[in-house]
Amino acid sequence: MSMPDDAMQRHRNTIKGTPRTTASGLPVEPLYADAGDIERLGLPGQHPFLRGVHPGMYRERAWTMRQYAGFGSAAETNARFRFLLAAGQTGLSTAFDLPTQMGYDPDHPLATAEVGRVGVSIVSLDDAHALFDGIPLDRVSTSMTINATAIVLLALYTAVGRAQGVSETALTGTIQNDILKEYAARGTWRFPPRPSLRIVTDIFAAAGERLPRFNPISVSGYHMREAGCTAAQEVGFTLANGIAYVAAACEAGLEVDRFAPRISFFFNAHNDVFEEVAKFRAARRMWAVLMKERFGAKDPRSCMLRFHTQTAGSTLTARQPLTNVVRVAYQALAAVLGGTQSLHTNSWDEALTLPSEDAARLALRTQQVLECESGVTATVDPLGGAPFIEALTDALEAEAQGIIAAVDKLGGALAAIETGYVQREIQRAAFQHQRAVEAGRTRVVGVNCHEQAGDAAVPVFRIDPALAAERCETVKALRARRSQSTCDDALARLVAAAKGKERLFAPVLAAVEARATMGEICTALETVFGRHREVPVL
Amino acid sequence: MSRKIRVLVAKAGLDGHDRGAKVVAAALRDAGMEVVYTGLHQTPEMIVAAALQEDVDVIGLSLHSGAHMVLFRRVLELMRERGLGQVLLTGGGVIPEEDAVVLQAEGVGRIFGPGTNTGALAAYINTEVELRRAQGGTP
Repeated sequence: MSMPDDAMQRHRNTIKGTPRTTASGLPVEPLYADAGDIERLGLPGQHPFLRGVHPGMYRERAWTMRQYAGFGSAAETNARFRFLLAAGQTGLSTAFDLPTQMGYDPDHPLATAEVGRVGVSIVSLDDAHALFDGIPLDRVSTSMTINATAIVLLALYTAVGRAQGVSETALTGTIQNDILKEYAARGTWRFPPRPSLRIVTDIFAAAGERLPRFNPISVSGYHMREAGCTAAQEVGFTLANGIAYVAAACEAGLEVDRFAPRISFFFNAHNDVFEEVAKFRAARRMWAVLMKERFGAKDPRSCMLRFHTQTAGSTLTARQPLTNVVRVAYQALAAVLGGTQSLHTNSWDEALTLPSEDAARLALRTQQVLECESGVTATVDPLGGAPFIEALTDALEAEAQGIIAAVDKLGGALAAIETGYVQREIQRAAFQHQRAVEAGRTRVVGVNCHEQAGDAAVPVFRIDPALAAERCETVKALRARRSQSTCDDALARLVAAAKGKERLFAPVLAAVEARATMGEICTALETVFGRHREVPVL
Repeated sequence: MSRKIRVLVAKAGLDGHDRGAKVVAAALRDAGMEVVYTGLHQTPEMIVAAALQEDVDVIGLSLHSGAHMVLFRRVLELMRERGLGQVLLTGGGVIPEEDAVVLQAEGVGRIFGPGTNTGALAAYINTEVELRRAQGGTP
């Protein structure tokens, strides 16, 4: 038996799960590869993971269906969580409102108009308890889209786990904690980049010591793609940010194989099905090689690019909005063919409003049809080895490598963002796309072709207008109820820690347990770190 | 010859979605207008102060956060208080049609949703500003 045959046999032996067939009964092997493929492309579950991070991929376990949800009060979002779990969702993903994301309490002048609108309003440990009420944190994993204030949310989550009797080692989930892309594309920052990077690293350290099953970061290309960049830029800028985080953690004295296995990623699933599949595959191969060669990672898990995917919100149209159901389905297909570990499918009404319950359920059903009916889970990396896909993967990789080299030349991702390079590149791509749509070179159904008058009205999902005032009252009552001296002491300790070199997670956890609010904790940190001021780039 | 149309493109509130605002700013510049972009996280007070300082003909607000009713109204109110009643307040983003209708009835100009052609937007601004200049006699 030749070496590749041996490898193939050993690979097959490692794959669990039941034998699979097509809908008509033809057998489906777990992996298709000839000797040349194995040599050129490697095997799934092995460096450089081009064909997938696990040997058997969805044959053994489907991706996690993780719908991003959150609005209004903690109690309302808790009810939506329970609705989604009852509908068959397999993990939670929390959307926070903008004041929570930027560390302002509801009674702050910048916050009042935004309370509970794009996500749930979380101020204190009381809110966090209400958010996860009745949800067993040892069994449900939770993803939290939170960046500038990630350390506070991670502390709140840990404290809720503690109160539920769940040990820190049993908590699973992901905290986005990717501050660099906030400056580049997403905009929810609070502190300047350098102290923010320290917080990111402190979270790596805390997660490594206390929360071994928690992903302390989700390095995100999603938002840069939404802001308009291309597929190759999405990979290039995301991996460049990833390099910056790994380098910062190493500089802070963390050992690469201690934290790198828990680094996770988040990508966009856009319209061009094959380009997207190639993008996910290229990103996997690039990260594996980067971690091994640049950072000397020895643990294969340090080299695995595990990622969440969300379908592209920016491709949804306000015209003929039901057409979005179809866009989302094709994008979800691309994510699964590309080997995603978890997936959010957008609701069709999101170009117009927050998703309604019906629309959110249909989005989840879209994933369930893929898993249960389409047959795409039967074999690993079904498109791998196809000349078109491999050529696209190589081309994406080459272009993304060029982008990483350009960022390196500027001094790394932080410097590239501080000089506005990344922002300008994204904007240029966004403007070119707009021009292409307006010139008809890029076709968008319902917008510049196949247009139709008289779109059906979409029901608007409304946040209770009384919410902001109620939230202000709740915060006021909390401040009256708690032990002010305990709270003040905890905040003073946090400030002292921030002034020195102490790690920040433990003092933040102590502060949230003393019922300090999100706004108070961030204001305390701001006295040491300052507030980020954007230099608008046009 | 009348002066170039001056536009303030503004991001109000904590909303971080600036793709649309930046694309619009670049497109209006290409269409021959002078464009000032505020950057993110502006309060209504900051926006109206910038509009005064920059002596603009148009304020374009971009909002994707759902806070449009509060923030458009507050900007309009401040504009009237500060003597900018002549300036066109328009904008866009993720804003439901039924809300746009209400805002327009209160004195806000047209609200442009996702998928808007930037040429149509520039044409609208040109027409509106000409009309206002003819009525108000501003330069």
